Amino acid sequence: MRGADAILRSLEAEGVEVMFGIPGGAIMPTYDAIARGTTIRHILARHEQGAGHMAEGYARASGRVGVAIATSGPGATNLVTPIADAWMDSTPIVCITGQVRTSLLGTDAFQECDITGITMPIVKHSWLVMDPRDIPAAIKEAFHVASTGRCGPVLVDIPRDVQEAEFNFTYPDKLDLPGWRPPTKVHPLQIRQAGEVIAKAERPVLYVGGGTLNADACPELLELAEAVQLPVIKTLMGKGAFPESHELHFGWPGMHGTKWANIAMNTCEVLVAVGARFDDRVTGKLSAFAPGATVVHLDIDAAEISKLRQADVPVVGPLKKALHELTHEVVKHRDSGAPPPQAWIHRIEENREEFPLRYSSKKGDLLKPQWVVEQLQELIAGDDVIVTTGVGQHQMWAMQYVLTERPRNFITSGGLGTMGYGIPAAIGAKAARPEATVVCIDGDGCFQMTSQEIVTAVLDDLPVVILLLNNGYLGMVTQWQDMFFDGRRSHVHLTQAVPDYAKLAEAYGGVGFTVNEEEELRPALQEALSCGRPVVVDVRCDPAEHCYPMIPTGAAAIDMLEYSEEVQSG
Amino acid sequence: MKHTISVIVEDRPGALTRITTMFARRGFNIDSLAVGPTERPGVSCITLRVDCSDHSLEQIEKQIHKLVNVLRVTELVPDEAVERELLLVKVAAPADKRAELIAMAESLHARVLDLGPDAILLELVGLPAEIDAFHELCKPYGIQDLIRTGRIGMSRPSTKRSGQKRVAAIN
Repeated sequence: MRGADAILRSLEAEGVEVMFGIPGGAIMPTYDAIARGTTIRHILARHEQGAGHMAEGYARASGRVGVAIATSGPGATNLVTPIADAWMDSTPIVCITGQVRTSLLGTDAFQECDITGITMPIVKHSWLVMDPRDIPAAIKEAFHVASTGRCGPVLVDIPRDVQEAEFNFTYPDKLDLPGWRPPTKVHPLQIRQAGEVIAKAERPVLYVGGGTLNADACPELLELAEAVQLPVIKTLMGKGAFPESHELHFGWPGMHGTKWANIAMNTCEVLVAVGARFDDRVTGKLSAFAPGATVVHLDIDAAEISKLRQADVPVVGPLKKALHELTHEVVKHRDSGAPPPQAWIHRIEENREEFPLRYSSKKGDLLKPQWVVEQLQELIAGDDVIVTTGVGQHQMWAMQYVLTERPRNFITSGGLGTMGYGIPAAIGAKAARPEATVVCIDGDGCFQMTSQEIVTAVLDDLPVVILLLNNGYLGMVTQWQDMFFDGRRSHVHLTQAVPDYAKLAEAYGGVGFTVNEEEELRPALQEALSCGRPVVVDVRCDPAEHCYPMIPTGAAAIDMLEYSEEVQSG
Repeated sequence: MKHTISVIVEDRPGALTRITTMFARRGFNIDSLAVGPTERPGVSCITLRVDCSDHSLEQIEKQIHKLVNVLRVTELVPDEAVERELLLVKVAAPADKRAELIAMAESLHARVLDLGPDAILLELVGLPAEIDAFHELCKPYGIQDLIRTGRIGMSRPSTKRSGQKRVAAIN
C-alpha cells in the first residue's frame, strides 16, 4: 500500500468521518488517494485557516477530534492560526500537512517550510514522518495525544515521497508512548479535602471553564451544583457547561462578564475552579482577585494548578470522575449537618437584581446590537442551536444575551481571540451536527477575515446563518480608543455599506438580508433560520454602542464599570 | 535560586528542541545544559541548570513533564545528589611560567592534555565550585580559550530521593 492510502486507512481506523482541507503540491498523493476512494467526507475550504477553524468548530460541536489537511509551505503556515487557537482553547485537532520530498528537506525547496519547527510552541506534539512504515503509528498516536489529558492540537507532517512509497500496511492496536501518561485517577485525599472545604463554606462559588466541556463532565457538574446547592459562574469557554436558565446559573465572570458574577467571584469564601485557568480576562488584576478566598482547583493539567493563583486544595485528574466523587463527598457533609449556602445564593440574586445588564434605552436611528442579540435569543430559545462567534464586542454581547442550555452549543475563540473564527467554526459545527441550527454571530471586522468560506457553506450544503452586527467599525478597538486613548480613532473605520454584505452573500451563492429598521429584523431572522441555505443577515447597528459592564484593563475585577447614560455619552 | 533539573527523554528528533522552546516561550532562563546517552538505549538525559524561584521551578517541572517524549523529570536536590562538570582551558604558558602552571594544575587534580610553545591545555573534572575556583586561578596567566560542559548530576544511592517524590506527587 502507498503511504497516501495508509494515511486515509489510518484516519478511517480512527473513526474520522469528516475532514477539512485544500490540496496542493506536497499533499497531492494523499488527495489522489482521496479521489480513489475513502469513507471520509472531505470539505474543501477556500483558505487553510478556514479549514483549521472548521476542524475546531467540528471538534467543539461534536466532542470528537477535528481533522484539517493542507499542503506544505504556505498551506501549512495558513494553519498556524487555527493551531494556535486550538492550543489556547484546548481544542482537539489533528493537522496533516504535506512536506517536500525527504531528499529536498533543508534545501529551501519550493514550498518548503519547517512547519514542525514553527508550530512547536503551540502543539501538544508533532511528528515529521520520514518512513512510510511510521505513518499508521504516527496517526494513531496523534489522535490519542490530541484527545487525552488536556485536549489540544497536534501536527503530522508527511513528505511527498513518504506518501508515495509502498509498504505493507497494518494498523497498530497498541500505542508506544511511554512518556505520555495523563492522569486517569483522582487522589482520594484531595477529594476529601476539597469536599470538606466546600461543604463548610458559607460563600462558595463554582468557577467553571472550558475544561468541563472537554472532559464531558457537564452532567457531573449539574449533579454537584444541584445536590449541594452551589452557585455556578461560567467563563466564556465554559458557556454551555451548565444550563443558563437554571436557578443556580449566575452568569459569566471577567472583563465583560456580569457585575453580579464578578462580585460573587471576588467576595466568595471558597472558589472552586473547575477546568478553568485564571485567565487575565477573568481575573482582572490578579493580586486583587478573589482576595482571601480559599481556592480549590480541579484540572486534568497539573501545570495549571498554582500557575497563576495558588491553589489551597489541588485536585488533579479527569473532571468527570473528580466531580462525581466530590459530589459524593460534599453530600456526606451536608447529610451530617453542613447547611447549603442559601443566604449567599440569595445575596448573589440580590446583586443580580441591583446590577442587571443594561444598555442605552434611547431610541436612535440605528439598532442597538444588544437588542438584536436579544431578538435572536427569543427566536432560538428552547431549540438545539449552536452559536459561534468571532472576537470583539459582538462576541461579548453574544455571551451576555444568548442563553446556552446545552453543552457544545456555544463555540468561540477565547484564549487566542482569533477574529474571523466564527464563520468557519460555524461551518465545521454544521458538518458535525447537521440536525442542529447553526448561527454565527459575527462582527463586520471578523466577517471580512474569513467570509470566503461562505462559498464552502454553499457548495458543501452546510447552511449556517450569519447574524452580522455591522457597526462599520472594529468595535472593540474603537471602544478602547474612546475610553483609554482620549477618543483618538485610529484606523478603525470600516464603513457599514462597503462591502454590501447582502450582495456579497448572494455573490457567494447564499442569501442576503439587510436590516436597517427594528421591524425588519424578526422577519429576516425567521426567514434565515428556516430557509435551509447559508444566509447573511446584515444588521446595521449603532457604532456608538460600547460593551458594558467592563473591568478596565489592569483594574481589580470588583471595580468594574457599569453602563450608565453618562458613561456612554462621556 | 539555582536548581539542577534532570530530564530523562526518549531519544527522538526534536526532543531537546521541545524542551528548550518551552523554556524560551515561558520566559525561563537556562544557565547550562548538558545532553547525553544513558544506560538505556534510545533514552537520553538532559541536565538543566536554571536560576528561578521555587514557584517557577514547579511550573518548569510540570510543563516539561507534559511533553510527550519526556519520561521523567527530577530536581537534583543539592545534598542528595552528586554534580560534576568538565572544564577545558587553554592558558598562556611562556617557558618561565610553565612549571608553575603544571604544578598548580597537578595540585588541584587537573590534567595536562596538550602543551604547545606558548600555551598549555588543561582539563579539570570537579564540583562546579571547584571549576569556578580553578577558572579564577588560571586568569592571571592569561586564558586563551575556555569551555565548560555544564553540569551533570545523579542522585546519591545513599539518600532518600525526596526530589523525585515531589514530582511524583504532582503527576
